[in-house]
Amino acid sequence: MIAQTIGGVCRFVAGVSPEWHCDPDATNPRVFFANHASHLDFVVIWSALPRRRRDEVRPVAGSDYWNAGMIRRFMADNVFHAVLIERAGPAGHSLAAARTSIGLMAAELDRRHSLIVFPEGTRSRDAAVGEFKAGLYHLSRSRPDVDLIPVFLGNTNRILPKGEALPVPMLSRVVFGAPIRAEANEDKTSFLHRARAVLMDLGGPHVSSN
Amino acid sequence: MFLQTDATLVRLFAAVIGLLALASAIGALLNHRVHDPALRATVQNVNARIRAWWIMAAVFIASVSTGRVGSIVLFGVLSFLALREFVTLAPTAPADHRALVWCFFVATPLQYALVWEGRYELFTILVPVYLAIFVAVRAALAGDTGRFLQRAATTQLALTICVYFVAYVPALMMLRIPGYHLPNAALIFFLVFVVQLSDVLQYVWGKTLGRRPIAPAVSPSKTWEGFCGGVLSATAAGTALWWITPFGPLQAAIMALTIALMGFAGGLVMSAIKRDAGVKDYGSLIPGHGGVLDRIDSLCFAAPVFFHVTRYFFAS
Repeated sequence: MIAQTIGGVCRFVAGVSPEWHCDPDATNPRVFFANHASHLDFVVIWSALPRRRRDEVRPVAGSDYWNAGMIRRFMADNVFHAVLIERAGPAGHSLAAARTSIGLMAAELDRRHSLIVFPEGTRSRDAAVGEFKAGLYHLSRSRPDVDLIPVFLGNTNRILPKGEALPVPMLSRVVFGAPIRAEANEDKTSFLHRARAVLMDLGGPHVSSN
Repeated sequence: MFLQTDATLVRLFAAVIGLLALASAIGALLNHRVHDPALRATVQNVNARIRAWWIMAAVFIASVSTGRVGSIVLFGVLSFLALREFVTLAPTAPADHRALVWCFFVATPLQYALVWEGRYELFTILVPVYLAIFVAVRAALAGDTGRFLQRAATTQLALTICVYFVAYVPALMMLRIPGYHLPNAALIFFLVFVVQLSDVLQYVWGKTLGRRPIAPAVSPSKTWEGFCGGVLSATAAGTALWWITPFGPLQAAIMALTIALMGFAGGLVMSAIKRDAGVKDYGSLIPGHGGVLDRIDSLCFAAPVFFHVTRYFFAS
């Protein structure tokens, strides 16, 4: 019920009008990967999905942020049913932690839950789309028959930027693209490059990279 | 809630429903007759517009029937929706975030509260004096000087057009006009009816006879034929409605002409802003029409001018 309320408020605040280039109502588990600039991003994607599909979707989020404090923890566990993983620290990711993270995500897919991931790893300060972390590639390798759906989010960085508590209720864009998968002979770098290019193309010619 | 069951208003509302029924019948006929694939898209858009008009007319009638409460709630919500469409397109910077939060959640409700209280001396200066100062100071305090003048002007224009100008429509309820026996809701009806009819007729004349564009770089669909035909026929319709206003027939004609001309000016300016941002419509809330701002663009300039001319010459 809290999630429904937050979804409703978010639809109002962010004026979500989704654009689909894939089947909105597919029942097989999928991985939605999106650019990330705002706390609104997950809820915007979630509330843009058909109502029937929303219960099956799990956001993947950084455990360092969402395990800090009771309210965040409650939201992550009980409201959004988030899959919390360890993010790369400044000193880099230990291989074991990365494997555990991929395992957690793959297990959710095996339970027929779809995932929402933000492969940039953190919220960007502006509209630019950062480099992708390797997790998306390893996830696709470990579950090669799962579709990866690029999702472009426009304007959420202006509605609720990083570090702000109150939103400016502007209109946002959510574009769901055609599914991709890691090809059998594709290496990590070229796959991540292709995934990021596909995502940015959905936003049109004005999307910048950094 | 005190419903204004004034017999004249009820007859006006019935006439609007009659007009819409006529429009729907013509739309159905066009849909049946026109098979040229090049014209099909236009016919479908016309029918979508007519369907949306039914809903807009119903919302307008329902809110104006409840008098001051309904008209303030309706135009307050329209201001809010228009402001979000405007700001979505406007080139603001991250440093403007806090100022914009104030515009949406404090300035807009405050402006309508002042209209509700009938505080003429405050609601006419809140945006041009106090918010003009506040917006500029808040942006300066945020510390980002990049494009400062452009950003401050953008926020100020957004507030002026979407909130300050639109609030003049329900403000008509506060005018005290000696010898005028109808509820002031009839003045709101006169303004909104003439301005929207002028829009529709400019569209109809433009689609049928339009040849020479007025400002092709701004809006290719605005032609001299559509402009003259629409403004003159809307003026004629406004003149015929003189009996619902405090004006005589000639005065009503001048008022209707002023409203139609200001409506055209509003539509032209709002089109220029859209072209600059590289979009066709402000939003997609109203099927066939675009966003809220695409529908009320002509009302923005007409409302304050109609209010002040009426107040200056007719109110006590």
